[in-house]
Amino acid sequence: MSTQQAEPESQEAPEDPEMKGAESPAAEEQKGGGMVDEHAEKRAELEGETVHIKVFRYDPEVEGKQEPRFDDFHVPFEKGMTVLDSVMYARDEYDSSLTFRHSCRQAVCGSDAFFVNGKQRLGCKTQISDLEQPVRIEPLPHQEVVKDLVVDMDHFYDQMHTVEPYFQDEDTPATDDLEEQRQSPENREKIKMSSRCIWCGACMSSCNIAAGDNEYLGPAAINKAYKFAMDDREDEQIKEHRLRILEQEHGVWRCQTQFSCTEVCPKDIPLTEHIQELKREAVKKNLKFW
Amino acid sequence: MYEHDVIVVGAGGAGLRAAIAAHEAGADVAMVSKLHPVRSHTGAAEGGINAALQEGDDWELHAYDTMKGSDYLGDAPAVETLAKNSPEETINLEHWGMPFSREEDGRVSQRPFGGLSYPRTTYAGAETGHHLLHTMYEQVVKRGIQVYDEWYVMNLATTDEADPNDRECHGVVAYDVQSGNIEGFKANQGVVLATGGPGQAFDHTTNAVSCTGDGHAMAYRAGAPLEDMEFIQFHPTSLPSTGVLISEGVRGEGGILYNSEGERFMFEHGYANNSGELASRDVVARAELTEVQEGRGVEDEYVHLDMRHLGEERIMDRLENILHLAEDFEGVDGLVEPMPVKPGQHYAMGGIEVDENGQTCVNGLYAAGECACVSVHGGNRLGGNALPELIVFGKRAGRHAAGEDLGEPEIRTGYGDDVEDETDADLPVQPGEAGLDTAGGVAADGGVTADAEGILERTVETARQRVDRLMDKEDGVQHAEIRAKLQKAMTDYVNVFRTEEGVKKALRLIRECRQEYQDVYVDDPSRTFNTDLQQTIETRNLIDVAETIALGALVRNEFRGAHWRQENQIRDDENWLKHTLISWDEGEPSIFYRPVILEGENKTYEPKERSY
Ligand SMILES: Cc1cc2nc3c(=O)[nH]c(=O)nc-3n(C[C@H](O)[C@H](O)[C@H](O)COP(=O)(O)OP(=O)(O)OC[C@H]3O[C@@H](n4cnc5c(N)ncnc54)[C@H](O)[C@@H]3O)c2cc1C
Ligand code: SF4
Ligand code: FES
Repeated sequence: MSTQQAEPESQEAPEDPEMKGAESPAAEEQKGGGMVDEHAEKRAELEGETVHIKVFRYDPEVEGKQEPRFDDFHVPFEKGMTVLDSVMYARDEYDSSLTFRHSCRQAVCGSDAFFVNGKQRLGCKTQISDLEQPVRIEPLPHQEVVKDLVVDMDHFYDQMHTVEPYFQDEDTPATDDLEEQRQSPENREKIKMSSRCIWCGACMSSCNIAAGDNEYLGPAAINKAYKFAMDDREDEQIKEHRLRILEQEHGVWRCQTQFSCTEVCPKDIPLTEHIQELKREAVKKNLKFW
Repeated sequence: MYEHDVIVVGAGGAGLRAAIAAHEAGADVAMVSKLHPVRSHTGAAEGGINAALQEGDDWELHAYDTMKGSDYLGDAPAVETLAKNSPEETINLEHWGMPFSREEDGRVSQRPFGGLSYPRTTYAGAETGHHLLHTMYEQVVKRGIQVYDEWYVMNLATTDEADPNDRECHGVVAYDVQSGNIEGFKANQGVVLATGGPGQAFDHTTNAVSCTGDGHAMAYRAGAPLEDMEFIQFHPTSLPSTGVLISEGVRGEGGILYNSEGERFMFEHGYANNSGELASRDVVARAELTEVQEGRGVEDEYVHLDMRHLGEERIMDRLENILHLAEDFEGVDGLVEPMPVKPGQHYAMGGIEVDENGQTCVNGLYAAGECACVSVHGGNRLGGNALPELIVFGKRAGRHAAGEDLGEPEIRTGYGDDVEDETDADLPVQPGEAGLDTAGGVAADGGVTADAEGILERTVETARQRVDRLMDKEDGVQHAEIRAKLQKAMTDYVNVFRTEEGVKKALRLIRECRQEYQDVYVDDPSRTFNTDLQQTIETRNLIDVAETIALGALVRNEFRGAHWRQENQIRDDENWLKHTLISWDEGEPSIFYRPVILEGENKTYEPKERSY
């Protein structure tokens, strides 16, 4: 049974030149009611239309896909459609070999960060109606492509592991007496944003420094370390140990505050700010030693 | 071939907890998971973890609420184990650094949840699952536990004695998603299945795309019965367009449900005069659908959930994530407008039959988490009771698999002299067998009991042949088509409201899916990251699981918990205080029953009418 109703590269479904998306990365930064209305308007405009997506294709094993290329798909627009929905539709209806990671479709598993119209975004969290067409969907830059939109995440995981991402206070009270460690609501608030990271890798991929220096810990790992270093439940000695890891040659000092990580983080984590704060902490501690 | 003492399949909350426990018990443990651990669906849990932590609360109250919530289909030894151990396990998470929400004095916060007589739901904002998952993964990293991530487990390597109670599980067969290599993983002491829920059997679900019931299907085909599969929880507040969940925490904090006429229908139409929005989930889901059916729904589809009156500060503090979800997936600003919600498939109360130690009737085979049924949730799970199940029973399964003595279980498993046989239900079709090409069942044929390695090698060989066949086939039906048909059948006929005729229709359609699956093929010729292949295998599992759900729903002709039957809208304690068990018997499902255990440690839970 053939499912090739709209083949890659076929231009059967005409591209509608009238259709202009509301491509504005800056709009994502804005909050408030105005944006909701804009959404509704765009969606109404797209109702009954098809959306033109251009998807990056590559497979090292399959002849004809070894040379990277873009395939065009025209998928029917539905209210609320996300970039992830559009590639799922293309896969299920047109080409079952189209490959990408995804799972939760609600911005918590972190598996579908793609490069969409030139910016790192989560597929499931990006409304098609917010984008200029044709929508270009590519794998995350600066990571090795395994196939189509799937990139090798090993280096990202390695960097995360380098900062010893686990609670390590050794004198926690015994759990038998059901006594928790106390933490002030303020301290919890301080680490709250940093604890939201879903390991999507968007920040790493957007970082110029990380692209040029493979050993640079990178924004995600530094943010992970921030979460522990700023948690009052771990004692001072461990905090110092953490700062020493962060201070190393390829640590916090490599950051040149370009803010690209902060801009793309789908969880709105103030990454650059966290890195700056850790630099200040490191300086403070160093003053003590000298 | 890889070899470890304990192999944990799945790295969500249950799998991580099991692995840590097995490691602490001294075993060499490895996790095999089709997703990297932090991608597991536990990360999506929002509301919280029930644990009797505060003065004035105690485990007995928690156990009582859970038995009542279960509509007296929970087994008391399991329910009491959950309630007793949850406080310790929850505090343990706190010691591992989990960032719970806090009170002024620095203690962890707790909030009210549906069906609870005390505010005992411990939470971390509306992202409890995310923090639970990450905190436990951190501990796995700390301990250096080996993780094989993006390895898809296809089969269990099990001996093939006629009686499943005599069988032995020696490991699993998995394929490396990145390379396509198929390998055996030998488990010297035990295999723990922690593969999560089967939500993808339905098309409107809060579950991730990865929740395909793989563990259920593998255990089932290896001879472990599936228990109480008809009990599917439909959560009252999922977003209409995607199924994304709006946490019960919203109602816990005081969110209100309105119909299109602006009536607070839970009270005004008498669905739950005491608890209103905080009645148990089955009650609220039915109320919403009744409103829609009687013409008081919004756009004939959903109702409104309003949290505006809680005020921005409280919302930002406790429910911030909900604002993001409503905005990202529905384009609604929860601060200024009510959110659209409707019931969506959410949780499987049933699952692989296990005892309090997590063990199935097959030796060396364990299950924990949503894929298992101990049973603590019975006919209806209370919100906030799944996460404690993961940590309490995940830990027990891990320890037992690693050889620790946890005492004799009170819950029995498998076919034995305590079960009631057969059913007089009239099945509309002969469900079951779908041909060799799709079987991929238990290991060996020939009836000889080989050594563990031999059995594993044979299972690997069978799996390789199966994949080769799927890949070599040039034309046929694609899994997506079958999956869509299956999901639609389940949503149309095995949903919140069920009729005998509807369920029979579903079974006929499931049977058709089985038939069509005989002709399934994989279009993508590549061995590299072949998701087409993976989804094809998953679809077979979904067919098996959907069939057990529908069969259970057909034979249980009473109304209990989440299982509502039009023909019989009363709970029938005389005939139905028993679990439905379905086992895979030479290629066909066979049905039997085991009585519910209502005797707890100090008291017997007397079934009472459930009113909220
Ligand atoms: C949106 C949502 C919100 C929820 N909120 C709450 C809440 O507030 N409180 C509460 O108590 N409960 C809640 N629940 C229920 C609870 O979160 C789940 O039941 C629980 O997280 C399931 O955990 P698990 O470890 O069993 O499975 P999962 O976390 O789903 O993990 C399954 C694992 O198995 C792996 N796997 C699956 N198949 C295979 C295979 N074939 N081979 C290899 N690996 C495989 C996956 O990769 C994954 O690692 C919620 C559920 C949902 C869907
Ligand atoms: S910090 Fe943000 S962008 Fe970076 S991995 Fe975490 S969630 Fe993704
Ligand atoms: S699919 Fe999970 S983050 Fe997008």
